[in-house]
Amino acid sequence: MKILVAVKRVVDYNVKIRVKPDGSGVELANVKMSMNPFDEIAVEEAVRLKEAGTAEEVVAVSIGPKQAADTIRTALAMGADRGIHVATDEIVEPLAVAKILKGICDGESPDLVFLGKQAIDDDCNQTGQMLAALMNWGQGTFAYRVEPSDGSVKVTREVDGGLQTVDLKLPAVVSVDLRLNEPRYASLPNIMKAKKKPIEAKTPDDFGVDIARRLEILKTEEPESRQAGVKVASVDELVDKLKNEAGVL
Amino acid sequence: MTTLLLAEHDNKALSSETAKALTAAKALGADVHLLVAGKDAGAVADAGAKLDGVAKVLTADDAVFANRLAEPVAALLVEMAGTYDAIVAPATTMGKNVLPRAAALLDVMQISDVMSVEGPDTFKRPTYAGNAVQTVRSKDSMKVMTIRTSSFEAAGEGGSAPIEAISISVNDPGLSSFVSEELAHSERPELSSAKVVVSGGRALGSDEKFREIMMPLADKLGAAVGASRAAVDAGYAPNDWQVGQTGKVVAPELYIACGISGAIQHLAGMKDSKVIVAINKDEEAPIFQVADYGLVGDLFELVPELTEKL
Ligand SMILES: Cc1cc2nc3c(=O)[nH]c(=O)nc-3n(C[C@H](O)[C@H](O)[C@H](O)COP(=O)(O)OP(=O)(O)OC[C@H]3O[C@@H](n4cnc5c(N)ncnc54)[C@H](O)[C@@H]3O)c2cc1C
Ligand SMILES: Nc1ncnc2c1ncn2[C@@H]1O[C@H](COP(=O)(O)O)[C@@H](O)[C@H]1O
Repeated sequence: MKILVAVKRVVDYNVKIRVKPDGSGVELANVKMSMNPFDEIAVEEAVRLKEAGTAEEVVAVSIGPKQAADTIRTALAMGADRGIHVATDEIVEPLAVAKILKGICDGESPDLVFLGKQAIDDDCNQTGQMLAALMNWGQGTFAYRVEPSDGSVKVTREVDGGLQTVDLKLPAVVSVDLRLNEPRYASLPNIMKAKKKPIEAKTPDDFGVDIARRLEILKTEEPESRQAGVKVASVDELVDKLKNEAGVL
Repeated sequence: MTTLLLAEHDNKALSSETAKALTAAKALGADVHLLVAGKDAGAVADAGAKLDGVAKVLTADDAVFANRLAEPVAALLVEMAGTYDAIVAPATTMGKNVLPRAAALLDVMQISDVMSVEGPDTFKRPTYAGNAVQTVRSKDSMKVMTIRTSSFEAAGEGGSAPIEAISISVNDPGLSSFVSEELAHSERPELSSAKVVVSGGRALGSDEKFREIMMPLADKLGAAVGASRAAVDAGYAPNDWQVGQTGKVVAPELYIACGISGAIQHLAGMKDSKVIVAINKDEEAPIFQVADYGLVGDLFELVPELTEKL
């Protein structure tokens, strides 16, 4: 089986982002960037299926500026076999990302596509579902457990209230949640080896995809900030304040 | 102009998330039709008809909708889309699963997690764990949006909308099938609608301790129980108790965080609570920057004492 994994380059999850004072967006210059944490989980799952002999090939795809190639290298160092980099300096919305991924799927014919459930920059949580729709494939979102077998894959999903298991006909799209696995750190020898693995360079035009925005961003602002309150010295004082000051008891 | 609102339910009861999404749907300014896709979900339709602001309830009763899998429900939405200008659902795991699939089939860019409706095509939504709020204008003629329910009051009752069965049939595309479900049944209020939420973090140390320390406090307050990602990952609490950027977003009257450091990903899910209490032994913990009342000390002593004195 062939597995395609979509990996996005995003602001590192440890960075406290800053909104530009003129409301035009988020400060991205000189900010640490990393692979979207959910996508690390997606790569890990694919590589484990390869190590288990279930998958023969893992292909990592990223859509983004030239540095997105570094994100693909990270996936290659974790164990993916080759990469496809769709280069653009524009910020591409999930619908257009899904269309580009469809173009790649049409050419590569993977059996499974793994994505993160959510990119931690746009927080959209859409791309996997959209790709599944455009391919007319089944979707297993928010995956907690993934068990492929002949012609199908069983996906246990994290849903409100607990877990739900569905069976999907292959090919299928799976978006991964936090508890699926713990991604590995690439070892130095594997980082070296990854440098020799091939990355194919593409553009959105190669897939005939119009990446013009559908959602015009009028303004980006900081949320209303919350003032720190007071420290109380004892449980008694806390109970008193909750009753008599906050009035929530 | 009409808006289609997809109901969140389990075939038996209508979730309160729907009433909150209804408030957002009404803000678009058009009539709202409530779609109940399910199997033998008559009671859900009846409850929906009572919501204030629902002009009509549409029921699609069929075995393919029994578990509201994304493939058939999205196909149904696409069949129905022609007469609507907007399709709305609460940003529950159901809404997040189904709506983007429908949006892509309609060639529409979905607006995720709408937290305010500024106009028929203009919305506010959170990005970067809620640290950057975008105002976006959709250029698509059809709007497809999920609603951050913690940002909207629930619509009231008192309506009596007509209920109509729709005759659109959706062939089971056969792409996916339901296998099983493990849902926890609890007497406690639901996390996303509770007036009081008590949450435990990594500091609890084990699932026994989590239960021993947190549950009596929750019982005393009639509260829902939440957790940090660290507590969930360690198995102290179930997955769906995770509060945060990538878990549930809550905005109760009172949120009590016990042994939670206050990482931005956690704050994203609770910082709109009315009153926040933090109990943490580290007086520098970032949670204190958003807490109205901070109590520095050992939660294993302080939480039982609080439970007793409430
Ligand atoms: C992609 C991604 C998504 C994420 N999504 C979420 C999310 O949705 N929700 C979420 O919560 N996190 C999320 N996280 C994780 C987040 O970054 C933090 O790691 C997590 O919130 C930490 O949990 P914690 O506060 O319980 O643990 P810690 O950070 O380890 O904090 C434990 C706290 O307990 C205190 N403590 C220890 N012992 C005691 C004691 N005896 N009495 C009192 N206090 C004590 C310590 O001082 C400390 O402040 C996400 C991370 C990533 C990368
Ligand atoms: N530009 C991109 N390049 C590669 N993968 C992406 C890109 N954007 C989104 N994805 C994938 O889609 C997932 C969900 O993203 P989103 O729908 O934006 O929250 C991510 O975790 C990635 O797996």
